Amino acid sequence: MVEENLVKDVVKEPYKYGFVTDIETEKIEKGLNEDIIRLISHKKEEPKYLLDFRLKAFKKWQKMEEPDWAGLGYKQIDYQDIIYYSAPKQKEKISSLDEVDPKLLETFDKLGIPLTEQKKLTNVAVDAVFDSVSIATTFREELAEHGVIFCSISEAVKNHSDLIEKYLGTVVPASDNYFAALNSAVFSDGSFVYIPKGVTCPMDLSSYFRINSGDSGQFERTLIIAEESSSVSYLEGCTAPMFDTNTLHAAVVELIALDDASIKYSTVQNWYAGDEEGVGGIFNFVTKRGKCLGKRSKISWSQVETGSAITWKYPSCILLGEESIGEFYSVALTNNLQKADTGTKMIHIGPKTKSTIVSKGISAGNSINSYRGLVKMGTKATGSRNYSQCDSMLIGDQASANTFPYIKSQQPNSEIEHEASTCRISEDQLFYLQSRGIEFEEAISMMVSGFCRDVFNQLPMEFAAEADKLLALKLEGSVG
Amino acid sequence: MQNTMKESDPILEVQNLFASTDNLPILKGVSLTVYPGEIHAIMGRNGCGKSTLSKIIAGHPSYNVTNGEIKFSGENINSLEPEERSQSGIFLGFQYPIEIPGVSNLEFLRVSTNARRKFLNKEELDTFDFEELVKEKLELVKMDHAFLSRSVNQGFSGGEKKRNEILQMALLEPKIAILDETDSGLDIDALRIVASGIKKISNAQTGIILITHYQRLLDEIEPNYVHVMADGQIIKTGGSDLALELEKKGYEWTDNFVKET
Repeated sequence: MVEENLVKDVVKEPYKYGFVTDIETEKIEKGLNEDIIRLISHKKEEPKYLLDFRLKAFKKWQKMEEPDWAGLGYKQIDYQDIIYYSAPKQKEKISSLDEVDPKLLETFDKLGIPLTEQKKLTNVAVDAVFDSVSIATTFREELAEHGVIFCSISEAVKNHSDLIEKYLGTVVPASDNYFAALNSAVFSDGSFVYIPKGVTCPMDLSSYFRINSGDSGQFERTLIIAEESSSVSYLEGCTAPMFDTNTLHAAVVELIALDDASIKYSTVQNWYAGDEEGVGGIFNFVTKRGKCLGKRSKISWSQVETGSAITWKYPSCILLGEESIGEFYSVALTNNLQKADTGTKMIHIGPKTKSTIVSKGISAGNSINSYRGLVKMGTKATGSRNYSQCDSMLIGDQASANTFPYIKSQQPNSEIEHEASTCRISEDQLFYLQSRGIEFEEAISMMVSGFCRDVFNQLPMEFAAEADKLLALKLEGSVG
Repeated sequence: MQNTMKESDPILEVQNLFASTDNLPILKGVSLTVYPGEIHAIMGRNGCGKSTLSKIIAGHPSYNVTNGEIKFSGENINSLEPEERSQSGIFLGFQYPIEIPGVSNLEFLRVSTNARRKFLNKEELDTFDFEELVKEKLELVKMDHAFLSRSVNQGFSGGEKKRNEILQMALLEPKIAILDETDSGLDIDALRIVASGIKKISNAQTGIILITHYQRLLDEIEPNYVHVMADGQIIKTGGSDLALELEKKGYEWTDNFVKET
């Protein structure tokens, strides 16, 4: 439930994560070439197979063309004008949180993600990523007792190389798409999760991504592996300072679920969206994909996308295992001149696989908000089912909403159901709520959260409340 | 009785009100004064301006007041937002209550009630205290608790929507309630429930304006005054017997008044 006063307070606030942390950073020179990639790999003391992986991806990327099918119409990105590695300067080896630069701890404190032993969140383990590197991961010992590995991907490369070599790039191949190839070549850090057989992860795991530098891109990579009969809930949050330049964020997330395993992946994306005239903001080009490898495995994506100047993101599920389940619950809100092209792909390969898609797009201001999704039934997907529901809500008369559902079925013995609707917040509805003493902006935020309820119900508790607040904040001054 | 009431100050004064929408004049000089404890009925043909008058008093943004003023408790409210009017104690019962998908009726009622309570410097109610209050008020309109968990007015029958309006009135405890055709679309049982609800909520401090076409609501709630509207004006005012006469003779009878004026 929305706490009314809280929403009212929040509505008045500008983007509150827009501050910059003044910290000495180690940056490499701008530009992208083989030497830069070798340098990144060298800095991270990577094994040869990983350097080869990067170089191969880079070669592929050079031959690829930047996709324009989403028609997002952003200004050309100069890939030679980006810094591909930027890390806050600190001691070489950090053995405990006490050695982390207090400025960094303070930054995450301000973002509501306290990391120190005394203050850390009680029921969530956090991996905090600042620009190109992971700063700290909490609750590691407690998790280790259950055999759960939760650390930065750089650390996993060092300590769990076998798992990285076995799974990295198996869900999103390096050549998958332009931005995935770029990420594979230059990724700097990210989170790694391994849940052993039969273990239910004792607490939620989360990564918090913070972009601090204006001229460096963030290319993180996340890999989550859930062994047989294990389960985990993973949360992801993102913010960035306000710069009048555009910063590139191109992440790759890979999830793997074996027999009877389940992974729930929730995102609240609040990158800086640019100002009212569309100056600045993050370009968010992300490839997220999960593979339901095992029988009866389940991967569930839920996302609340409110930030970024441009969002290009399709968290997908490959349903290989018999009776595996894929879910996608999404709320995407765009305001001012934001553009979002987001949706999912549900690729049904195994028999009796099931998928559910619930997408809620809200467009305000002059923004463009599109759902783009693919449901595919392969030749062996007998008895498989999909249900899709895509609803759009328009606020004001300058915003636009589109729905692009792609359906491909090679299996007659399968069902695909698609429902779509578009609504506009009407003057009559607003007047009705106002005539009951409810203020204009609160009336809008009530209707928007009502519209999103189906998706919010899927979010972990603490995220749902935050999402509600975030939407109210984003809609400030969007109407009337 | 009426004389003693007039010793107190009026709740609502509509003075020579002119209003238009899209440059089309709808109200052409309406005056109406309501004192505490009074019940007024406004009757008239469709399109005579009854509903417009009620919406303008509630602050609907689609209408422009071109002349005249509306005073509530002695203060001019022409420039107040609809929510400010509601918080200060003006209630409009809608002829066609609006459906709001996704917003739970309970949450809506609570936020609305708290907005009014805040204005009155009363403590705002949390979910549990509000549950207690709403349970008691549900009795008045004989509504089932299940209505609270549904979306605001969504999928409600005509009668359920109207009862939900009266429930809101009961929770908001307004100083003046304008009920726009609250009786239309109700069967006899529902009409009785709604009428008895209105009677229980109103008291010597509140004013009520009933906008209606039919005598049957006025059989249940006897008005002190009946006004007949035509073409954006009040053309005749009388006691409750005027409504009976109107019922007998029809609106054609009132056409003569227009010609006279």
